[in-house]
Amino acid sequence: MPHSEPLRLHVPEPTGRPGQTTDFSYLRLSPAGEVRRPEVDVTPVDTRDIAYSLIRVLDEHGNAVGPWAPDISIETLRAGMRAMMKTRIFDSRMLIAQRQKKMSFYMQSLGEEAIGAAQAMALNRDDMCFPTYRQQSILMARDVPLHGLICQLMSNEGDPLKGRQLPVMYSIKEAGFFSISGNLATQYIQAVGWAMASAIKNDTKIASAWIGDGATAEADFDTALTFAHVYHAPVILNVVNNQWAISTFQAIAGGENTTFAARGVGCGIASLRVDGNDFLAVYAASKWAAERARSNLGPTLIEWVTYRAGPHSTSDDPSKYRPLDDANHFPLGDPIARLKQYLINQGAWSEQEHEDTQKELEAMVIAAQKEAEKFGSLADNHVFSPAEMFEDIYEQMPEHLRQQRQQLGI
Amino acid sequence: MSNDVKGKSTPMTMIQALRSAMDVMLERDNDVVVFGQDVGYFGGVFRCTEGLQKKYGKSRVFDAPISESGIVGVAVGMGAYGLRPVIEIQFADYIYPAYDQIVSEAARLRFRSAGDFTAPLTIRTPCGGGIYGGQTHSQSPEAVFTHVCGLRTVMPSNPYDAKGLLIASIENNDPVIFLEPKRIYNGPFNGHHDQPVVPWSKHPMGDVPEGYYTVPLESASVFREGKDLTVLTYGTMVWVSEAAAAESGVDAEIIDLRSIWPLDLPTILASVKKTGRCVVVHEATRTSGFGAELTALVQEHCFYHLEAPIERVTGWDTPYPHAQEWDYFPGPARVAAAFKRAMEK
Ligand SMILES: Cc1ncc(C[n+]2csc(CCOP(=O)(O)OP(=O)(O)O)c2C)c(N)n1
Repeated sequence: MPHSEPLRLHVPEPTGRPGQTTDFSYLRLSPAGEVRRPEVDVTPVDTRDIAYSLIRVLDEHGNAVGPWAPDISIETLRAGMRAMMKTRIFDSRMLIAQRQKKMSFYMQSLGEEAIGAAQAMALNRDDMCFPTYRQQSILMARDVPLHGLICQLMSNEGDPLKGRQLPVMYSIKEAGFFSISGNLATQYIQAVGWAMASAIKNDTKIASAWIGDGATAEADFDTALTFAHVYHAPVILNVVNNQWAISTFQAIAGGENTTFAARGVGCGIASLRVDGNDFLAVYAASKWAAERARSNLGPTLIEWVTYRAGPHSTSDDPSKYRPLDDANHFPLGDPIARLKQYLINQGAWSEQEHEDTQKELEAMVIAAQKEAEKFGSLADNHVFSPAEMFEDIYEQMPEHLRQQRQQLGI
Repeated sequence: MSNDVKGKSTPMTMIQALRSAMDVMLERDNDVVVFGQDVGYFGGVFRCTEGLQKKYGKSRVFDAPISESGIVGVAVGMGAYGLRPVIEIQFADYIYPAYDQIVSEAARLRFRSAGDFTAPLTIRTPCGGGIYGGQTHSQSPEAVFTHVCGLRTVMPSNPYDAKGLLIASIENNDPVIFLEPKRIYNGPFNGHHDQPVVPWSKHPMGDVPEGYYTVPLESASVFREGKDLTVLTYGTMVWVSEAAAAESGVDAEIIDLRSIWPLDLPTILASVKKTGRCVVVHEATRTSGFGAELTALVQEHCFYHLEAPIERVTGWDTPYPHAQEWDYFPGPARVAAAFKRAMEK
């Protein structure tokens, strides 16, 4: 057939722009309980169908169904509930603090609380996570003291990072939370290296790598998959597909008519695609991947399908590029509401307890904030001495830095 | 300049000296791992890691996929775990894909985490021209690293220093860019490409202790004492400068920086204050090259001692050509001419 039509460049678009309604049919959803659960020693190619479907446990009535329904204690689930609620409350308080100019910048994880929290609970504390700036739920699940986090956010005299890093770029080695970098995707390959090191030392620890849908387009994403596959690195490769990278819909990152989980299969990595707003599914899939890694069976890639319900950051206004009420139409709902319904069905939670927990956690965050504010803030210039900016560049300060510090008069 | 010299000395090429350094460190420290493209079974395209995989096993010395950002990125992760990776980038010309991991991650990790995590890695990479390597097997990219706070950049000029500096770099807890001038892997090269190469076995600096010793970082060596002018240089150009001194009759004091940055400023300043003249020599292109920093430092600290403008002899501001190799490479004639100019003023 002769082709006479001129070629056309294809530039993907989201279906919903401001004033419209998003058509979420592109999401490739599966009903709860439908996707099979392979053995942990499955060959990667045999996860192909799972990479194109969606593992879900909680159905629309809040019941746990199907082969992925995890063996999990009610106590763990209640702790997970608290971790998610704490994350959300922390986020909203910090958002207010940012508006009050107590900190220069903040990033919420609204709607994504289940993913980090449930995976953290499926791992050991000494398994190292290589997070992005949107996995604060890991810190909440690992009960990291809020005081230090808030001091970091305020860059004040209590900041463990001494005012050197933008707010939210935490580093908490003791809690298995690797130093966050502003450069997207770099930590993904580092997680693979950490996992390789654990294997080299015949250790039993595994690594947990984190990336957003947008950042999968960075070269380090593909590189990490290659190295993880080549060396059978004991790592969980998490892709948090919240549909958006700032203003850019996931189709522009390469998500159109495919899935991010499928990338894993293409690289020879066992891959799962999971409902990211279903705490039980997140926990079950994370446990499965952790067991696989710990048994020397190699890496697992997991695409978590979720929705970035809040603005990208405090510097962002999503009403300029997507429908205002988009999150309300997202078919996978809200992770806290869904676990709440399940726990209530189990007789392990109640509206009253929810309200009490909410109040208790709010009080906890407010108290931590008050404590942190005693160390001042960027606004009132209670920050670390500028002498600190010359430290830790090298292990021993070289002469030129000593001289520059003197030139600053300190 | 050396510490704890152990064992007897043997003639070694720079390749053998580098291999010996890795061998010593693999033996001494179980956290040392060596990897890169073709470094495992095959022993490296320049043979620098020959035999190491056989001796230490595949989990200590292994082949890597062709991904420079991957090699450096996994090394950063291994460093965070507590290992001490010694990695190879096959040619310095191919280090750019790893630039983000080097600049944004390895160099900043200690600072941004307030010491929570560190990146004690050594990135070995063959550099420099004079081998008909053309554009992508000849570059001298030291200035793109000296500009990065948090990195150490090192370049040896002979087998003895190569081994001692590499051991010191591996032991150092900061990330080190270890540049190896491949033109002098097998013997010193003074720029006279039409003369036969003298092997290191015929040179005293090819006499290398078999055991552990270090050449400290941030220490320059006075390679040749002289009273007329000071030459600030490193790598292959140390040998070219020596030839230029002999051929020009100028009694040049040649300082081999060894550690390019952070550097040994006192040794440099003492020499320039003594001679009153200074010529900076490097293979890398001129504009914003490391010579500019050296020139600025000497000017700042030795202004009242200088009797002539500081000269720079460098590669031209062009990509490294193939057919025009010897018109690009700053050979002894160009260096000698600069010495004479500096003496006339
Ligand atoms: C290398 C790099 N390029 C660009 C940016 C600017 N940037 C910060 S966040 C972001 C979007 C990332 O989106 P995604 O990976 O989907 O994660 P999300 O913010 O949705 O959690 C961009 C472009 C950056 N930080 N690093």
